[in-house]
Amino acid sequence: MGLQTFMQHLANGISLGSLYALIAIGYTMVYGILRLINFAHGDIFMMAAYLAFFGMTIFSMPWYVAFIMVIVVTVILGILIEKAAYRPLRDAPTSSVLISAIGVSFLLENLATFLFSGKPRAFPTFETMTYSLDMQGVSVQVLTIIVPIVTLIILFILLFVINRTKLGMAMRAVSKDYEIAKVMGIKINNIIAYTFAIGSALAAIGAFLWGMKYPQVSPLMGVMPGLKCFIAAVIGGIGNIKGAVLGGFILGLAEVLLVAFFGQLTGYRDAIAFILLIIILLVRPTGLLGEKTAEKV
Amino acid sequence: MNKRTKLLLNIAALVVVILFIIIANELFDSYIKRILNLCAIYTILGLSMNLVNGFTGLFSLGQAGFMAIGAYTVAIFTVPIEARSLIFYLKPMNAFLSGIHIPFVPALLLGGVIAALFAWLIGAPVLRLRGDYLAIATLGFSEIIRIVFTNAQTITNGALGIKNIPTISNLWWTWSIALLTIFFMILLIHSSYGRAFKAIREDEIAAEAMGIGLFKHKVISFMIGAFMAAIGGGLFAALLGTVDPKQFYFTLTYNFLLIIVLGGMGSISGTIISAFIVTGGLEWLRFLDEPMSIGGINIALFRPGLRMVVFSILLMIVVLFYRNGLMGQREITWEAIGEFFKKLRTRKTRNAKGGAKVE
Repeated sequence: MGLQTFMQHLANGISLGSLYALIAIGYTMVYGILRLINFAHGDIFMMAAYLAFFGMTIFSMPWYVAFIMVIVVTVILGILIEKAAYRPLRDAPTSSVLISAIGVSFLLENLATFLFSGKPRAFPTFETMTYSLDMQGVSVQVLTIIVPIVTLIILFILLFVINRTKLGMAMRAVSKDYEIAKVMGIKINNIIAYTFAIGSALAAIGAFLWGMKYPQVSPLMGVMPGLKCFIAAVIGGIGNIKGAVLGGFILGLAEVLLVAFFGQLTGYRDAIAFILLIIILLVRPTGLLGEKTAEKV
Repeated sequence: MNKRTKLLLNIAALVVVILFIIIANELFDSYIKRILNLCAIYTILGLSMNLVNGFTGLFSLGQAGFMAIGAYTVAIFTVPIEARSLIFYLKPMNAFLSGIHIPFVPALLLGGVIAALFAWLIGAPVLRLRGDYLAIATLGFSEIIRIVFTNAQTITNGALGIKNIPTISNLWWTWSIALLTIFFMILLIHSSYGRAFKAIREDEIAAEAMGIGLFKHKVISFMIGAFMAAIGGGLFAALLGTVDPKQFYFTLTYNFLLIIVLGGMGSISGTIISAFIVTGGLEWLRFLDEPMSIGGINIALFRPGLRMVVFSILLMIVVLFYRNGLMGQREITWEAIGEFFKKLRTRKTRNAKGGAKVE
């Protein structure tokens, strides 16, 4: 394999990895605060993709209007889901909340199949994003460069919010100790709602970029990215935003490069993430950047 | 209530069920028989999931994967040898496998054993970890199984699936295996293993302090669950007569999740009742997918997909408002039934007395 082909695959891997990272942040933030695998996150992502699709085709909005609309509506959707399905179970055992999350995910998938029909539709793309740049023999779409930049900007904004603002301080407190944070006068429900809002907004941005890169929307499009991004979050160390981004990049690169080097793995592409998960759970259960915590009796 | 009466009552109940099967085989048409078969299979799968999730407190979502293993084992080994070249028309079947034909029952058991082996493989690394990782790892495992089955063209015929599996058309197979499973579950839950499972569910640390080997018991529960799921899957394949990887998409597991949530996590009788309710209900709700018109006007709401929306809303309602399900962790026992009738009788006599006073 020549250097140019390698660079080509590397660029693809990085841009896929950044998309994974965007969604993985949503998982890791919710897990950090609620200790809940938000199974519905992948389906929120799918809903956002459909919103973008309908906004730009049927309502023929310009892309920036559609972009803002999608973020706003997805955030509302995320907060509503939290209010309806997770808040009533705040004091219930974890398995109940997990089942509720699965229920929401199942409901969103079925609702999308019912409303938008099961057949995949073509996502509208536009010239400025798909235009190919030629860099010393390596042809790279504008989108491939934009995606990692967007992801890194968002990462820095989030790190700023979490480490330097009052909201971030409250979030850290809730994730450290839920009960004590409550005693300290932090409005837990508001903090959780903010967390879901941020996660959903990132899922919306991710869905928009994903649609440009893989121009197809279908009701089950969120399932696989959803599972994989959770795995990315586990690889990086769950609860850690930098870890989620790192995990996303590792997963994206592993998928693209392994398939590029070993052609016979093409059919097993979706299995790579799960094998990585099992390896990381065996070797380092807390993830690459996760802290070791001892279970208190 | 002494042991003798209980034994007699059990035998009486068994006779009633056998009579029901005989009558059902004679009277009902193939559609209803198929639903009744499906009820029995869903009972087995529900029990398998309840053993792991409800009784041992492990959150496993791999049922569809284990089911697929059982279904494919039965499919691969019971299809008549002369039919195989027609089924595998894209790529011929693996030369080693294509000559092997196994009768139904050994194939079913073989599927169970293979599934249990895979459960050990997946369980050994993951069961040492915190609970919710198990959910994602088992989900991932069931997807890997499906992906492997889609790609292993010479063994599973890939996405085309395997047709012409010898089918079962009467109720004997499914119902007798379901009864055996129920019987086995009752014995298991009341054995020292069952008590250890329940101890682990209630409090892992306390259970460990009591000398229960956490890992060993978790693996045992997980493997038995996988075995039962594969048996259910094998029956499923023999009922439908055809398997393909799409049937075992992981959302299939959600059906069994609904069964155990509705029936009560940790209740055998609840699982049986709700397996019948869910299977029957899913069939009954089919009218939602049909176009419907009132007074000549088509209602746009009724079109394919509505059934699953209603189904998932029902799941949400059960999870949010009836968290304990129908039975919680209780069981229907002969004592409970006896108590119930006794109460009913005393209430009746009291009412009769009260009525007399008013007069």
